[in-house]
Amino acid sequence: MRASDLIHLLPELILLGGAALVLLLDIVWLRRAEERRRQLLPYVALGVLLVAALGLIPGGGDNVSVATMLVFDPFALFFKVFALLAVALIVLLATPYMQTRTPFSGEFYALLLATALAICLAVSASNLVMIYLSMEFLSITSYVLAGYFRQDRKSGEAALKYFLYGATASAVMLYGMSLLYGATGTTDLAGLVAGLSSGAAGQSAWLVTPAIILLLAGFGFKASLVPFHQWAPDTYEGAPTPVTAFLSTASKATGFAILMRVFLVGMGAASMASQWISLLVALSVVTMTLGNLTALRQTNIKRLLAYSSIAQAGYILIGVVAVVSDSTRIFTGINGVLIYLLAYLFTNVGAFAVVTAIEDATGKLEIKDYSGLVRRSPWLAGLLFIFLISLTGVPPTGGFLGKFFVFGAAVQTRMWVLLAIAAVNSVVAAFYYLNIVRYMFFVPAAEEGEPIRVGRPLQGALAITAVVTVLLGLIPGPVILWASESARSLLLALR
Amino acid sequence: MQQAIFIILALLTLGAALMTVITRNLLRAALWLVATFFGIAAIFILLRAEFLAVAQILVYVGAISTLIIFAIMLSRGIMDPDQVRFNGQWGVVGGFAALLFVVLAVIVTRVPWPAAAGGAPVGDAPADAIARLGAAFVGPYAIPFEVASVLLVVAMIGAIIIARERE
Repeated sequence: MRASDLIHLLPELILLGGAALVLLLDIVWLRRAEERRRQLLPYVALGVLLVAALGLIPGGGDNVSVATMLVFDPFALFFKVFALLAVALIVLLATPYMQTRTPFSGEFYALLLATALAICLAVSASNLVMIYLSMEFLSITSYVLAGYFRQDRKSGEAALKYFLYGATASAVMLYGMSLLYGATGTTDLAGLVAGLSSGAAGQSAWLVTPAIILLLAGFGFKASLVPFHQWAPDTYEGAPTPVTAFLSTASKATGFAILMRVFLVGMGAASMASQWISLLVALSVVTMTLGNLTALRQTNIKRLLAYSSIAQAGYILIGVVAVVSDSTRIFTGINGVLIYLLAYLFTNVGAFAVVTAIEDATGKLEIKDYSGLVRRSPWLAGLLFIFLISLTGVPPTGGFLGKFFVFGAAVQTRMWVLLAIAAVNSVVAAFYYLNIVRYMFFVPAAEEGEPIRVGRPLQGALAITAVVTVLLGLIPGPVILWASESARSLLLALR
Repeated sequence: MQQAIFIILALLTLGAALMTVITRNLLRAALWLVATFFGIAAIFILLRAEFLAVAQILVYVGAISTLIIFAIMLSRGIMDPDQVRFNGQWGVVGGFAALLFVVLAVIVTRVPWPAAAGGAPVGDAPADAIARLGAAFVGPYAIPFEVASVLLVVAMIGAIIIARERE
């Protein structure tokens, strides 16, 4: 490791220092301060995220390997920007929510900054050791965040289920990694593809499929793919709502980023690619079908969004299986995944922002509690409508753009059966998304409630997410360009 | 000779691991787990990774098992000897375990492992093995090494959050 490498690690170092700063400020300076001054903490966290984003600039355009374990390419840069944006939005969501629920909020923001650090490391890891370590870092921080409300039994249940599944999934993944290391003698992704496809180890074909399945347990757990999804509904329901928003967007995107890097770079040779592609097609089909069919029966909004998030993971996977190595095409599959994840970030965090606002005011989370929302709070109802049609995939929203690029890639690779299943699923999904709209606009409320007051930070989050969700649909050019550029560095590895 | 020692150690370790899972008494399970940790340390020595063996005994046998036994003794009602050992899914799980065994057996016998191709290592481990391990931690493995320490700090903060007094 050279001193000049540090410039590429600048955002990570800033996040590390920032997390420590937030923690110390909370303990030393603000512990006995009056309530008003303690409310500054989330803004300190936002400041740290902003500085970390600025720290991305000096090493920005490079495509280099740093300290043998990390690579800095446009693909990693995309997900680092993604992570900083996501965590900033989650901080905005959490500001009023945590304030009313727990006196200990300093650690919460410190842990959120730690998750941003973990994601930044995970998405640029190019070595199995580093991938395992950064995923475990993200998981352990997330377990604590999910169980943050100690006296709330559901929060505890959420954390425990998440932890038990996560521990098992990462152990299984680690076993798969150990098999790969044993067969190739290296943990480096580029070395892996060379070792597995070289003539001497030709018989390692016996190893590749089992290793892919074992690795998928870890990646699928993070991305909540069926059959590694069982933790998701209970954890999403019980965790603090901002944490749920985090798990369903940033944490899921990290799972996809690692999955793409490991499979495209570490197993990019054609003989191996056909194996993981056929496995992922099967996962995609069961993930979206099971997610959607179960979502139909949900009555709790957080559980509904949990199953919807599982189903969305199935659509995103279509982009991964429809990958083509020719990066000059408009649809490369991978750029569809990036666009989809970005649109899903703003849409889903927006939807959870509305859920947070309503939960804050009324404490209610059932879908029937949303009846008559348009009369009580027309703004919230209108915003949730935008997010729901974006989740459905109706133009002109970001959700449509994501689906267009993912499905377009599938058309290009002629995966007609997969496309047909995805289309049927999208219609089923429209049914339960629009059911919420029906409650909000057409079912009168059982009792008249007061208008819902929304705190300023949450207003900010709602405004940003709604505007970006619509803008992604109206002016998609820059994002398409950015995603295609970022995908290119990964596609070069595919042969 | 080495083969025979390995088989004995493997049987001891596996037997202890099996007892950990099937014994009804949780405290006995913890003690069998200690035996398993010892067996693994012995296998490390056989593989000439002495430092790992020492670390295994210090960390797992010394610290972690003590922690587990403390946790068992401080928790009420988890030493119930009447707890059921099987639930309704044991058949399915057994089937999958058997399948996994077959798959692993195929992998182990069919894949040309590079380590096996070179034959069993002979002679002593290099005298500077530990020094090289240390150099690796500040060389190519510097970043994972640092990240592991950050991870531990965050885990400690998390443990404090989970275990704090009720507000």
